[in-house]
Amino acid sequence: MSALGRVVRSGVGRRRVQTVVIGLVVAIAVTSSVLGGTLLVASTAPFDRAFGQQHGAHLTAHFDATKVTAEQLAASARAAGVSGAAGPFPTATIDPGDGDREPIGPLLVAGRAEPSGGVDAVTLTRGRWATKPGEIVLFSDGRFAGGSRAVGRVWTLEDLPGAPALTIVGLARSISGTAGGWVVPEQIAALRPDGYQMLYRFTAAGTGAQVDAGRAAVAATLPAGALTASRSWLTTRQEAAGEAALFVPFLMAFGVIGLAMAVLIVGNVIAGAVSTGTHRIGVLKALGFSPGQVVRAHLAQALIPASVGALLGLVAGNAIAAPVLSQTNDVYGTSDSGVEPWVDAAVLAGVLGLVAVTALVAASRAGRLRTVDALAVGRTPSAGRGRWAARLTARIPLPRPVTLGLAHPFARPVRSATIVAAIAFGTAAVVFSVGLAASLQRVQDAEGLADVMVEAGQREGRDRVERPAGTSMDTAAVLGAITAQAGTRGYCGTVRAPVSTPALTGELEALATSGGNCADSYRLVNGTWYTGPGQMVVATPFLTRTGTAVGDTVTLTSGGVPVAVRIVGEAFNTEHDGLQILTPIETLTAAQPQLRPREFRVYLTPGTDVTHYSDELDVALAPLGAFVGMAERGTPEAILIINGLTALLSLLLVAVAALGVLNTVVLETRERVHDLGVHKALGMAPRQTIAMVIASVVVTGLIGGALGAPAGLLLQRTIVAEMGWSAGFRLPESVLDTYHPATLVVFGLGGLVIAVLGALLLAGWAARTQTATALRTE
Amino acid sequence: MIELRDVTRRYGDGPPALRDVSLTIAAGEAVAILGPSGSGKSTLLNLVAGLDAPSAGSVSVAGVRVDTLSEAGSARYRRATIGMVFQFFNLLDDLTVADNVMLPAQLAGMSRGAAERRAAELLGTLGVDRHATAYPGRLSGGERQRVAVARALMNRPALLLADEPTGALDSASGEDVQRLLADLHADGQTIILVTHDTALANACATRTVRLADGRIAADTLAGAR
Ligand SMILES: Nc1ncnc2c1ncn2[C@@H]1O[C@H](COP(=O)(O)OP(=O)(O)OP(=O)(O)O)[C@@H](O)[C@H]1O
Ligand SMILES: [Mg+2]
Repeated sequence: MSALGRVVRSGVGRRRVQTVVIGLVVAIAVTSSVLGGTLLVASTAPFDRAFGQQHGAHLTAHFDATKVTAEQLAASARAAGVSGAAGPFPTATIDPGDGDREPIGPLLVAGRAEPSGGVDAVTLTRGRWATKPGEIVLFSDGRFAGGSRAVGRVWTLEDLPGAPALTIVGLARSISGTAGGWVVPEQIAALRPDGYQMLYRFTAAGTGAQVDAGRAAVAATLPAGALTASRSWLTTRQEAAGEAALFVPFLMAFGVIGLAMAVLIVGNVIAGAVSTGTHRIGVLKALGFSPGQVVRAHLAQALIPASVGALLGLVAGNAIAAPVLSQTNDVYGTSDSGVEPWVDAAVLAGVLGLVAVTALVAASRAGRLRTVDALAVGRTPSAGRGRWAARLTARIPLPRPVTLGLAHPFARPVRSATIVAAIAFGTAAVVFSVGLAASLQRVQDAEGLADVMVEAGQREGRDRVERPAGTSMDTAAVLGAITAQAGTRGYCGTVRAPVSTPALTGELEALATSGGNCADSYRLVNGTWYTGPGQMVVATPFLTRTGTAVGDTVTLTSGGVPVAVRIVGEAFNTEHDGLQILTPIETLTAAQPQLRPREFRVYLTPGTDVTHYSDELDVALAPLGAFVGMAERGTPEAILIINGLTALLSLLLVAVAALGVLNTVVLETRERVHDLGVHKALGMAPRQTIAMVIASVVVTGLIGGALGAPAGLLLQRTIVAEMGWSAGFRLPESVLDTYHPATLVVFGLGGLVIAVLGALLLAGWAARTQTATALRTE
Repeated sequence: MIELRDVTRRYGDGPPALRDVSLTIAAGEAVAILGPSGSGKSTLLNLVAGLDAPSAGSVSVAGVRVDTLSEAGSARYRRATIGMVFQFFNLLDDLTVADNVMLPAQLAGMSRGAAERRAAELLGTLGVDRHATAYPGRLSGGERQRVAVARALMNRPALLLADEPTGALDSASGEDVQRLLADLHADGQTIILVTHDTALANACATRTVRLADGRIAADTLAGAR
């Protein structure tokens, strides 16, 4: 082994703690970067990825079957600029009824033999594709799918001749959203066909103008007036961004914190390793090592553990990313097996490059050092720095060991600043993620409609409910049973009614309510709750999409009758993509006199046992054709993923922060071992030593916590509000404001606790260390 | 006042640094410990200071069994009884001369004001009072050692221990420190002085103990020479 190799090896062996810390920090930095980078990539353009995987349609076009033939349409695939096409698929609009449930609304159905194809390769998420007439596959993002329970259900289309029945055989996801359902082409004839659908891909479709040009080129090949409607993929993409964009803000936040932290700690650890090695460098140079050799020796000393750590981190990052990705695939409707290789490569190159550059900078400083100076330093922090602090603290009327410790951070201001930053980042990460989880929980709670739901139907056994078609409950009797039941605080009867407004195409849903407690189910963000008919409360997306504001009056059409309704409040309500209208039932009864509540939300007096209450009420309701359903309390998968990721990422960040603190305290103590010996020779007792070491981290810990806690709070509020906005909602203050000031102070002190724990560990060691040995380190 | 009885100090497997050393020193004596490098001089001094414990035997100072003290007990003992001076001064670079000198008193719980007065007085006596607000790095070796002596005397220790106090000084500064120690002894200070320098030993010590391979090779009173 060469002399250089021997020096490197002994260096790595001699500084075992630092070698391990470098390895660990690099490993964690790589793990979180791979994870953050992967998810960032996966979420920056989730729609684009899914669109790419499914060969989404750049243009979905509808044609009038009386003006154009299928052959002409098939030929339009050869129009200029068209790179791919699918269709023509015959289409029909059906209006299915689902048992006794309220009407579902019109649904565009396309006749399509295969889910796959060059354009809009639809992904089956449940069940199978339709293979014969009488079967239908539903678009699983549509509001009709109703989850896995939908498969097997039968729809009867009573308004069509022969009342054809369709069995739901599968659910599928089309990123382009080309249809609400698919049947075999032969089926369409029985469904009152209304035209053809063609799906096009263009060679250039990045901008609205390019898509328009493509549409014009297609239309030019066809008879005039044949093209009745079309939809650009850019519109779909914009709408889809709402859902996926939810993930981007908080992943961005973690990505930035993680990278900043990695830079900070890796830089700090390596600069520290080189700076404590300065004396050794002097010795090596005195023995005849060239500056180049010294620099290389140090580079290797840092890069060996860093490389080992980076590889471990890469393995861990990929291992964690795979299951997380498979979960986000569900959310984005994509299918990826693992991490993008270029993310791995970029992270590896980035982190190791950073390690090398930092080590090079620090080591080249040592390489330039004059040997005499190098031999002279290393015993105590370079003299001169922070003496003002030592003079100042000496005057504080506290025991001398405490005031000595208080001055320590100022002797190495840069290092102390990085530790303050590390503690601040760690604290901020925890405050952020706890706050984010609390906010999401509040969103959940805001959506938890009531304690108990009463629905029409007959219970048959514990979990089976029969909802016979046509039967409807005796509303007055049911209401009587509810109010008579002990523990009832109030109720809200609801019924969904289709309405429309000129500003929005398609049907809208109004939730017509009766009862005094309906406001309990919603959080207002603006305005007031309605006090009588002719008033309504809507959610932010309704206001945005219709260009209205609280105070405006909107004309709703219900059963063909126009009704003027004033918007009195804005509530947080995600039902129907935030387009649901909340209004008293009396607003609509003029137009729909038969409207009666079909469901009751029941609110209990505090302290009532929900299970017991439900069982008793169920017995009372059984003869009345109603039963107690479960108020839905399940947590959506997206929220579980967000919570899981936040917990994991903040855990990693806190681990990095703790390692950074530990490493610094090790460095400090190592550098001060001689001073500690002197102190002990002068009569410093073990308890005084511990007091001094703890005092030395109190300032750093306090400042770090004091900076981190508000930063985390700010981050949480900004990110949560941003997530709300990207989903189109203005969030109620109760969702944003999850922290009590006292809780925040506790979290802020968390930074101090981390610092003190790290210090205690070493203070014990410092107090025990052999003074005679320490004093020998001349 | 100081009594070492059959003291052995062994580090690891090697030959013991001290073997079966018995030594009694009375109050007011100034004892010079001489001997070749590695003969165990510093080890002996550390045992007396309570910074190190013997492998066998006992060490008593002023009636206190130093070898059985707890860490906290030995810190208290050092504060009350011992002042130490080192070859390389061991001043704290980040504290001013005055703060260095005050430190032992402050560790013992003396108020800052009282410590300031005592330090000023000592620095005056030792002729370095004009450097009180300076940092040790700016002082000459001789001045630094005077400051170290002032710090050692801060708590009026019954026993002053000095390990090669002139070892890092030029001959002029060395003689300066030598005079200082002689004066202290003349005022009744008990001193144990480790040195290679026979001139220093002759000038300051009333008794000379010579160590070789961890044993006492000779123990002579100054008057006997
Ligand atoms: N902490 C220790 N661990 C191991 N061996 C030690 C330790 N301290 C001292 N020794 C050994 O004990 C022996 C005596 O050391 P000591 O420092 O007492 O010698 P010394 O007489 O003071 O020498 P010098 O004149 O060179 O200062 C030496 O062989 C030394 O190597
Ligand atoms: Mg010695």
